[in-house]
Amino acid sequence: MYAFTFENPSSTAAAAQLIAQGGKLLAGGQSLLPSMRLRLANPEKIVDLNNIPELAGIRREGNALVIGAMTRHMDVANSADVKAAIPALADLAAHIGDRQVRARGTLGGSVANNDPAACYPSAVLGLGATVITNQREIAADDFFVGMYTTALEEGEIITAIRFPIPKRAAYLKFKQAASRFSLVGVFVAQTDAGVRVAITGAASSVFRHAGLEAALNQSFTPASAAAVKIDASDLNADIHASAAYRANLISVQTQRAVAQILG
Amino acid sequence: MGASDFSKLPHIGESLKRKEDYRFLTGAGQYTDDVVLAAQSHAVFVRSPHAHAKINSINVEAAKAAPGVLGVFTGADVAADNINGLPCGWLITSTDGQPMKEPPHPILAQGKVRYVGDHVAIVVALTQQQARDAAELVEVDYDVLPAVVSVADAAAGTVAGAGLHDAAPDNHCYKWAIGDKGAVEAAFANAAHVTKLDLVNNRLIPNAMEPRAAIGSYSRANDEYTLYVSNQNPHVERLLMTAFVMGLPEHKVRVIAPDVGGGFGSKIFLYAEDVCLTWAAKKLNRNIKWVADRSESFVSDAHGRDHVSHAEMAMDKDGKFLAMRVHTDANMGAYLSTFASAVPTILYATLLAGQYTTPQIYVEVDAWFTNTAPVDAYRGAGRPEATYLLERLVSRCGWEMGLGQDEIRKRNFITSWPYQTPVALQYDVGDYHACMTQAQELADVAGFAARKAASEAKGLKRGIGYSSYIEACGIAPSNIAGALGARAGLFECGEVRVHPTGSVTVFTGSHSHGQGHETTFAQVVAARLGIPVENVDIVHGDTGRVPFGMGTYGSRSISVGGAAIMKALDKIEAKAKKIAAHLMEASDADIDFSGGEFTVRGTDKKIPFGQVALTAYVPHNYPLDKLEPGLNETAFYDPTNFTFPAGTYICEVEVDPATGSTRVDKFTAVDDFGTIINPMIVEGQVHGGLVQGIGQALMENCVYDRETGQLLTGSFMDYAMPRADDFPEFKLGHVCTPCTHNPLGTKGCGEAGAIGSPPAVINAVLDALRPLGVKEFDMPASPHRVWEAIQSAKA
Repeated sequence: MYAFTFENPSSTAAAAQLIAQGGKLLAGGQSLLPSMRLRLANPEKIVDLNNIPELAGIRREGNALVIGAMTRHMDVANSADVKAAIPALADLAAHIGDRQVRARGTLGGSVANNDPAACYPSAVLGLGATVITNQREIAADDFFVGMYTTALEEGEIITAIRFPIPKRAAYLKFKQAASRFSLVGVFVAQTDAGVRVAITGAASSVFRHAGLEAALNQSFTPASAAAVKIDASDLNADIHASAAYRANLISVQTQRAVAQILG
Repeated sequence: MGASDFSKLPHIGESLKRKEDYRFLTGAGQYTDDVVLAAQSHAVFVRSPHAHAKINSINVEAAKAAPGVLGVFTGADVAADNINGLPCGWLITSTDGQPMKEPPHPILAQGKVRYVGDHVAIVVALTQQQARDAAELVEVDYDVLPAVVSVADAAAGTVAGAGLHDAAPDNHCYKWAIGDKGAVEAAFANAAHVTKLDLVNNRLIPNAMEPRAAIGSYSRANDEYTLYVSNQNPHVERLLMTAFVMGLPEHKVRVIAPDVGGGFGSKIFLYAEDVCLTWAAKKLNRNIKWVADRSESFVSDAHGRDHVSHAEMAMDKDGKFLAMRVHTDANMGAYLSTFASAVPTILYATLLAGQYTTPQIYVEVDAWFTNTAPVDAYRGAGRPEATYLLERLVSRCGWEMGLGQDEIRKRNFITSWPYQTPVALQYDVGDYHACMTQAQELADVAGFAARKAASEAKGLKRGIGYSSYIEACGIAPSNIAGALGARAGLFECGEVRVHPTGSVTVFTGSHSHGQGHETTFAQVVAARLGIPVENVDIVHGDTGRVPFGMGTYGSRSISVGGAAIMKALDKIEAKAKKIAAHLMEASDADIDFSGGEFTVRGTDKKIPFGQVALTAYVPHNYPLDKLEPGLNETAFYDPTNFTFPAGTYICEVEVDPATGSTRVDKFTAVDDFGTIINPMIVEGQVHGGLVQGIGQALMENCVYDRETGQLLTGSFMDYAMPRADDFPEFKLGHVCTPCTHNPLGTKGCGEAGAIGSPPAVINAVLDALRPLGVKEFDMPASPHRVWEAIQSAKA
């Protein structure tokens, strides 16, 4: 780790001022701190979000759940509101990393980082959520731009995410055995606006699968999902899985998610 | 005392709680990094980022000028001080009579680097942060050369410019063979059926919980060095470092291996870092600590396995084995590590008879240098490679002959002992049918068909796999090892020091790095002397306190180190009886000793052990004219044969053909370890071995990039270390045929699980997938690889 200065603001506005001066935000630190320890990241100034009370918390707003950016995975997993309204989201949070990661990691940190194999982005995209920042609101469909890249501008801080409550949803993660990140994670939701299928782990960034959504809008059955040919050409290939295998997992996991939703 | 009397002593075979666990579980262990010396400075190694490169120049000026830096040294400094390279401890002679190629293994690179992680410079500073900062300022100008990482590419010789060493321009280290080739060929010519198999034993990274660590220390007052190091055999470390590398007198160097958090073989070896720290400690007159971070461990610890083999078994029409032939290409890595050359030869080919009566066996091994970390002994060291090959081949023989995996084994089991194999070893004792029978009962083989049907109903494939392993442990008779090329003896030393108050300190050359010696060895001594186990302490891991030792590896500690303690106890008992006879005014020959009391046969006279101990040190009423005072005895024990633990393992897997996910549903291990002293500790050793072996079979795989030689599995994000929830409950059973040639009857249990389990898992995977047409499969059975095998069979 290289030396850095540490700022500890108590409001989002103060944090925004500090990052405008070149600071780097620290949320749960589950990606940033290991990178710093390995000397792969070298921020000169850390702006800690952990003492800004307004950024954490879960509340019901009409037909939506609004979850503060600094809410820990553990708190989402254990929330009675989340379990009642979007059990798939609570289940997703309950299986991120290990107990230590869930105690520190945050929703906003995960979504802002947009790791191609992270779980949360698939829920944000799969549920058609809205990312709320200190400057504006961004629809999920416009938020995830590419590998580790989002629509966030310099100085913009995620304050909360608004999740519309779906009719039914399920998240199935097929784990990469070493990291236990998703090799392929599939978030399937039946929403008022139709079926949404968001895939994480398979490509450079989370994405919606139009073919699966169309088929499932027509007929919400495993067989309908199975009939969709998954194009492997834009999928990741690495030592853990070929693109063809990831395509297979997208198909199989979607079928199983649908079966789970149908009970 | 002999094995039969020993096994009947009270508390032998009882699961005493481990004495060391209070310290470990409450954070009071003293690992190398917990040792803090006065004015301790810190070292960081500059390592090669390239797999193969020529070093044009190294500029250390900026690093030397950085804050807190005490010194920066490179290969030029090593050469100027005449420090030799690291030696290889085992000479293998090629089939053409030439010695193996032994290119220099410098402690800091001499003009060339040969793997990612190769050591280029050492930077010493007041703090670790300062050393890290300065290390980044060392400028090395490299010309990158072509790299070769696999034995296939090395053997093919198709990568131009990838010759690592001038001494071995074709990267070939040796060609070695054992067995009667002519007799094997004759047997194959007359065979009713020949089963053939190609297979890969995947490369592994050891990953002990405690990374390697060392502190170099030097005293100007008496010109003495002390090296604290996380190591499995401190005396061997000292011998290699003083006599072969640094040219120092042994008595001026003390090596201390305090609590060591796992080794699995990877801490047997003398590493460049250990020598650099010792050498630099004198140059700078500072205590210098280095603790590897996990990333460094991945690239610089000696790796394991990495064999590519072809095997054939000739059978008669009834499936009786007539002959076997094997060719193996073994990856040595970039340099010969301490015991690297022995692993794919002496420790491998000699085990290929397994539990079977195969009359003729011929094995040929080619060893190759590649641009990868050195490969050396790793839990089992050659024996897992032999077992994996043989047990895969035998199961395939069974399938091809229509006999089933159990029947093919039973038809070929050795049934009388001693048994001379065609590959040098002589097994003293065993009962292979008994292990098979018990394993089949514990595994509920009878219920397999019903479980398979239940899996099928869920769309899953279920398979059962067998493995009947044997290993040669208790390494080793020194004369035999010497004749086979060992450059060291393989005895062990034990000293038993009885204190005046009757408590005992034992000094052993064995080294515990997780095996629980402090409990098991104390149990042996307490049982022999009839004193509470709390009154016995075990000291190990310090050349300044223990007379000598060869250390812990090859499941040798109880059978060799324990036997040395038994011999020392024999001497203690003999002397104590003389003292007791004097005190009770009886003849030496009339004294019996049991339960901690000396008695005079045929009388009611008795005195306790403690009184004899006190008399030995307060010899007022003592036969000083014929007996020295004191009660302190040392013994060296050199085994007359290897020990041969053996067993049968049965694995059941359930495979999801849609995803390739493979789950071990049941695993049964029946072992014959001879006498068992502490069943709980033995069970722990078996569990640990099983998870390492099943880990290799299902998950672990070290991958280097074929073109660049970069390590692609350089962290736990990409190298799949198994976790507890990857395994079912294990079912364990034991058969006991005591070893015939050591005083305890023990055989060793540390490696069996890792040796026996991989073929059981893969045979189960193949059994599950055979209906889908899958015939070939190499480890690991990761979902992706299993799924691809199913797709290939479909195509």
